[in-house]
Amino acid sequence: MNSAPSAIAVRSVSKSFGRGDAMVRVLSDVSVEIGVREFFTLLGPSGCGKTTLLRLIAGFEELDSGDILIDGVRVDHLPPFRRPVNTVFQSYALFPHLTVAQNVAFALELQDLPRAEVRRRAGEALEMVRMGALAARKPAELSGGQQQRVALARALAPRPKVLLLDEPLSALDLKLRKEMQIELKQLQAEAGITFVFVTHDQEEALTLSDRIAVMQGGRILQLGTPREIYERPAHRFVADFIGEINLLEGQVSGHGKVRLDCGAEISAGAGQAAGARVTVAIRPERARLVRGGVLQAEVTHVAYLGTATIMQLRLADGGPFLLRAAADDLPAIGGRVQVDLPSDALQVFAA
Amino acid sequence: MSGTAPLRRAGLVGPALVTVLVLVGVPLCIMVWVSLLGRGTTIGVDWQSVPSLANYARLIWEEDFDGTLLFNPTYLSILWRSVWQAAATTAICVLVGLPVALWMASLPRGLRNVVILLVTIPFWTNLLVRNYAWLIILREDGAVSWAVNALWPFGPVQLLYNDTAILIGLVYSFLPFMILPLYAVFEKFDWRLLEAAYDLGANRWRALRRVIIPLAMPGIIAGSMLVFIPSLGSFVTAALLGGGKSMMMGNLIQMQFGQSRNWPFGAAISVVLLALMMLVLMGIALWKKRAEQST
Repeated sequence: MNSAPSAIAVRSVSKSFGRGDAMVRVLSDVSVEIGVREFFTLLGPSGCGKTTLLRLIAGFEELDSGDILIDGVRVDHLPPFRRPVNTVFQSYALFPHLTVAQNVAFALELQDLPRAEVRRRAGEALEMVRMGALAARKPAELSGGQQQRVALARALAPRPKVLLLDEPLSALDLKLRKEMQIELKQLQAEAGITFVFVTHDQEEALTLSDRIAVMQGGRILQLGTPREIYERPAHRFVADFIGEINLLEGQVSGHGKVRLDCGAEISAGAGQAAGARVTVAIRPERARLVRGGVLQAEVTHVAYLGTATIMQLRLADGGPFLLRAAADDLPAIGGRVQVDLPSDALQVFAA
Repeated sequence: MSGTAPLRRAGLVGPALVTVLVLVGVPLCIMVWVSLLGRGTTIGVDWQSVPSLANYARLIWEEDFDGTLLFNPTYLSILWRSVWQAAATTAICVLVGLPVALWMASLPRGLRNVVILLVTIPFWTNLLVRNYAWLIILREDGAVSWAVNALWPFGPVQLLYNDTAILIGLVYSFLPFMILPLYAVFEKFDWRLLEAAYDLGANRWRALRRVIIPLAMPGIIAGSMLVFIPSLGSFVTAALLGGGKSMMMGNLIQMQFGQSRNWPFGAAISVVLLALMMLVLMGIALWKKRAEQST
């Protein structure tokens, strides 16, 4: 990209918990560079190591090997209070004995700024999240969404180089979560700082991120823009984890041909040796209902969503197939249909 | 229904009310009444005497041969020394108890219960016996005395029979009363708040001062009351480890009911002690209320 140092550089970081037989390797040789002002998301199921990586960057855990740089400076030997990052905790971790204003002023007071300056900047941070009116309240008197905003303001007030967010929206209900997603994005643009966001919600990751790192079993499986991750998953796990997808098992039958277990033969899998087991993946919205399509299927369920219709199909071998079509395309349940799989929509993974 | 409700409420509150009245209220009234009477010749109190405040006056003034009242600081100084000793005991218990309780809360669950047991073990032995044990530990030819004198460059140190010995004995006796309420606070403590404090730029010391101590305040107050009040009234420790030289309020009261056979004067000192404790408790309550309002 450019010669300026990345906001965060994680180099060959490994981390294990426990010792002896009970030792669990949580991160294995993870490397990633996060750009300045990037909205970067660590996405994965629970236990994939995403939160541990965030806690390593914040300084709450010590690494076993590798190093971490923030803004070009090595920080892995520094305690959390010497690192130019702030965290928004999943549980918010607001100080219950302090008011909203005192919570937000906490970091500023520790910097020994003049009183007026502390008050001004805390006020600014609170206005940024539209919580100025509730400055005198205690955290216990706030709703979940309000606490979330205070936690954000508190972490932003000291103007960190990087804001770390550990599943900050997971405790909110769906409607509030959607609202906060938009606010987070605006907030990042306004504050002009790097966000490192941890989530297990793939939809949230796709909506918010400039780039996503999909993690599993302590490794980064794929790193890319939401579009790359969604359209060109590099791994079967990524394809399955992000969005909805049909995974069809089959065997390479010849040059560029795959015989699916349901009987159909399709053009795919060029570069795979004949006889190899493969998984062919296709998104529900990329498959098409076409008379004369390669897949024979029976309609088992139809859900009309207004903007589209989701169809649950059963293939010849009994396997399920999900298809998303235009809203007016409504076949009857039990009817037989044919499905076309455009070859540019197919992804093939070696089994 | 509505007619029986007050009756039932009275029935439920009744036993507690009677218990408090008979076991606390009545003895208290007797004590105050006795404190107003004169000293008896055979038993400690003369029930026929005319009530007066003479016993309270004695705490401050002394009657001269010609009947003039002279200021007598003896009792006031005992009072002052008792309050000072109890306050110092409380302060040391907070300083020692806080890190111990924090350390206990950081232990693995199984080990915690063992340590709690260790903290409470002293209660299994009589207070008198435990104070005698300190007598042996601190005595002049004991190991501790020898070690201290070997290390202390400014002449010989006498460990026993002084205010320091009393302080050691009091801290030892009442430290568990500080540790246990503090541990109860830290056991439920949300340690993520500590991480948040670190994250926002607080080093260990500032995190302790700005987050841990304010949130541990209920435990510190409860522990301080549990230490301060019995320290103020204690007499065994002062009698044994103080060698009877430095008298405390507790010793003074005990003496009036024992050797001196002056029950009214003993009762008067007890009333003063009680009033003093009430003042401390009210002060704490007032301070707590103000602290809650200001934040």
